[in-house]
Amino acid sequence: MSLEQFKNRNVGTQNYVKLDLAHTPTTGWGQFKQVVGRTFKPELFVGLWVTFREMGNALVGGKMHTTQYPFEKLPISPRYRAIHDMLRLMESGNYRCIGCGLCEKICISNCISMETKYDENQRKEVSEYTINFGRCIFCGYCAEVCPELAIVHGPRYETASEQRASFSLFEDMLTPIDKLNLQQEYDGFGAISPNADENIKPTPLAY
Amino acid sequence: MSEVQTVENMVSITIDGKEYKAKEGEYILNAARANDIFIPAICYLTRCSPTLACRICLVEANGKQVYSCNTKVKEGMEVTVNTPNILAERRAMMEVYDVNHPLQCGVCDQSGECELQNYTLELQVDSQSYSIPDTKRETSDWSSVLHYDAGLCIVCERCTTVCKDMIGDAAIKTTKRGGASLDKAWKDEMPKDAYAMWNKLQKSVIAPSNGTGSTDCSDCGECIAVCPVGALVSRDFVYTSNAWDLRKIPAVSAHSSDGFQIYYEVKPISIDNRDEKIYRVTNEWNYVSLDGSARFGYDYENRGVTKDKKAFDLAIEAFKKAKTIRFNSMITNEEAMMLQTLKEKMGIKLYNPEVRAFQKFLTLYADASGHSLYTSSMEDSMKSDFIVSVGGALRNDSPGLKYAFNNVQKMNKGAGLYFHPVGDTLIPSFGKSVSTFTHKVGLEEATLYLVLALFSDQDKLDSSVKDYITELGGKEGLIDLVGGDSKKFIKGFDKMMKKKERFTLMVGEDYYYHDRADNLAKLIALIEQTAGFNVVMNPPKSNALGVAIICDLDDNAEGYTVGYNEIGDFRLSALGDGDLDIPAFNQQEGTVTNLSKRVVPTNVALDYGGYELNDLMKELIDDAPEETIDWTKRLPTDRGYRAVEFDSLDNYYDNAGNEHRGYLLNVLFEERDTPKVEKFYDDTLLDGDIVYRCNPPRQFNDFSAKAHQIFEPFGLYVSSSKAESLGKKVEVVFDNGTIVVDVIEDKKMEGDIMALSDFKSAENVYGLFDGSRYASVTIKEV
Repeated sequence: MSLEQFKNRNVGTQNYVKLDLAHTPTTGWGQFKQVVGRTFKPELFVGLWVTFREMGNALVGGKMHTTQYPFEKLPISPRYRAIHDMLRLMESGNYRCIGCGLCEKICISNCISMETKYDENQRKEVSEYTINFGRCIFCGYCAEVCPELAIVHGPRYETASEQRASFSLFEDMLTPIDKLNLQQEYDGFGAISPNADENIKPTPLAY
Repeated sequence: MSEVQTVENMVSITIDGKEYKAKEGEYILNAARANDIFIPAICYLTRCSPTLACRICLVEANGKQVYSCNTKVKEGMEVTVNTPNILAERRAMMEVYDVNHPLQCGVCDQSGECELQNYTLELQVDSQSYSIPDTKRETSDWSSVLHYDAGLCIVCERCTTVCKDMIGDAAIKTTKRGGASLDKAWKDEMPKDAYAMWNKLQKSVIAPSNGTGSTDCSDCGECIAVCPVGALVSRDFVYTSNAWDLRKIPAVSAHSSDGFQIYYEVKPISIDNRDEKIYRVTNEWNYVSLDGSARFGYDYENRGVTKDKKAFDLAIEAFKKAKTIRFNSMITNEEAMMLQTLKEKMGIKLYNPEVRAFQKFLTLYADASGHSLYTSSMEDSMKSDFIVSVGGALRNDSPGLKYAFNNVQKMNKGAGLYFHPVGDTLIPSFGKSVSTFTHKVGLEEATLYLVLALFSDQDKLDSSVKDYITELGGKEGLIDLVGGDSKKFIKGFDKMMKKKERFTLMVGEDYYYHDRADNLAKLIALIEQTAGFNVVMNPPKSNALGVAIICDLDDNAEGYTVGYNEIGDFRLSALGDGDLDIPAFNQQEGTVTNLSKRVVPTNVALDYGGYELNDLMKELIDDAPEETIDWTKRLPTDRGYRAVEFDSLDNYYDNAGNEHRGYLLNVLFEERDTPKVEKFYDDTLLDGDIVYRCNPPRQFNDFSAKAHQIFEPFGLYVSSSKAESLGKKVEVVFDNGTIVVDVIEDKKMEGDIMALSDFKSAENVYGLFDGSRYASVTIKEV
């Protein structure tokens, strides 16, 4: 759309249409006639008819426009940033988080905290992980920075709960192990770009 | 230490077209750093010898490519840091370092402070041209504290270099990796230096030098500090925290008298408990090397203390009726000043068996020499080229002086003599020009006479002294007397003395407790006058020097005693077991007077919620200030301190390595006559079973014992041969008491003298020894 017409601030030359309004009655008798005329017009029934017609369409004709929340929910954009999900590796079922601490570092409201330790397999193990959702501003930096696509924003936008702790524990965000097959690859905030392969520089991997 | 450079020994050099001043004989790299110019370098450590492992510090000097870490500056030298060829070499070297380096920065402990990461970015390495099959390299634990991940190691050899050149243990070395050998084709394809560096790198890996899987060392952890990557990490710290999460707090090491600058690194304990704890201790490893007690003995804080008004009131009562305060050297200058004030205002005696003997010795020395305090320091002795150590078990008593003794041998082509009754197998390994003398207990004066005979300008010596030396059989007679082999030694001695100019005498704790300390002090003063020696003494522990200067200590305790981290009728304790809690050293701010006579500031690492000594002072005296650190400007100026605010004290090292920490004590000098030294008698020699009051390395006091990474137990440390003849547990019978202790083998000890630990104050080992450091005892099997 051209912005030309908005830039022209010379009001007098623009295409304004003036409404042809009737004269405002000035005498008492004139005002009385206007009130009576407006009161006994049948327009009220026109409006009522529209409402009845739409009710009929919705109940009988199957043209319902209302979403039956909370029984029914609209699908949301993958870019929506709601309560975090912690994903697992599809093959082994291990959680993807390696405990690098980048989400903890980048978090601008300082609400992520984790504990790590050296485990018996000589690996870094995340022993505790929490997000303080009372403080989280859902900016998505954690998902953006995560090198393992382990922390992502899920679609769970209902953040009412008796306790904050009810959904801030690592286990709550983690994909349940029995629902691993239902885990979706994330294509929202921080997911790899479709042309990621092209951006990788080849290095000699002769071995 | 001279902080102002003198003009005479400066040369001018040009770096990238700009003219700079540099110290003559300095390496280009150090000269550049001192002038704030960046030359990349990985393997070089200031104060250690260049290893040429990384070769990244290549520069062009006077048109020739040289390594800036081992080329000395010359007048008029023109240095170019970057040329196209050098940039190509550096880029290739960094690519080589990145070959097969595990891509696990995400979990690596070094990530964020990793030099491999930094230089890869600095040199903009965004692609890899080289490859070679990787070799499986296993992770292993080398000791109770060291954790080595060979896969991450880039074999820069900083760990082996610091262990050899600074620490002296030489406990690790490079060894064969046994991987694929480099394809010769690379030689033509890649820059020359990068190929040479890769060739060496590909062949080696680091391992304990004794051939076993574990290191035989003092567990100082300096190798961890210098490691540029995450290959060496302490076992306790592995994968517990990212470097950037830790908050650094500059402080002073608490246990030994060296007073090293350290950083406590703190972070909340856990998600549930947001109180902070210390995760590790780090240091400016280019300029300071820590010992094990400083690096690992940090978690002795007095935790969970709240203000206990009842105990506080009882403490006020106790101080009001106290006749004596018993304390030790684990105390800041400010608190020592408070106790001294109590003595002055309330007449309470100050009893400190750890420091009293040292204080007396300092007075004797000052009387004899005219110097109000010894003249040298740890840093100065590191610059000397001949070190004589007397009266101290260097390995146990003073890590800082041990490092200086060793460093002088390695870096200054130095020589050293070590006199001590307890044989030590480590000291001779410091260098070829080190001679050790294991003399009998009681012959300390003879060792100083030998030093006089060997080093003094004979014209300056009084004829009576010369006659006495002749009477003792001259040099030869004295050498044989103190346990040396005169023929062999005299032969080698001329070689040892070649080109030596700066001499240092290190005096240890034995002398302070000696029966004839006055004569020893006079002999030391005489050596200083006639042989051109600088003298440095080892204050027994912690802030012993500060206590010795600030407090007027008494010889004995009497009446109702308040113990400050010590035994007493009413105990103030930072160990959590006293009648009133006080903050531990890492919960206090204040200053410490270290071995180098420097008044250095330390800061609060961990919160403390209870009462501190200054709160008591506010109740006890009229003019107590609001904060503990307000005492800093009240430290006695007539004894060398300055009336300065705590907050005005610096605490850092600059790029030239100059120390800007606090200030140096003022040492006064008055001209004195040549001290009249006395003859000695050998009828005081101890015989039979002898016990020596000496802690294992890393242990100094109750606080180091509380630290969870210090494992050395309390006990009787003996040489391997002696251990065979003793059982596992023995009863040691002193004249005034007995103690039952475990026998522990120390493989680096030699001879029959046994070392009894004193770091647990509850055992009252000082009492058993009764003002001496050696005792003749009877050993009973248990």
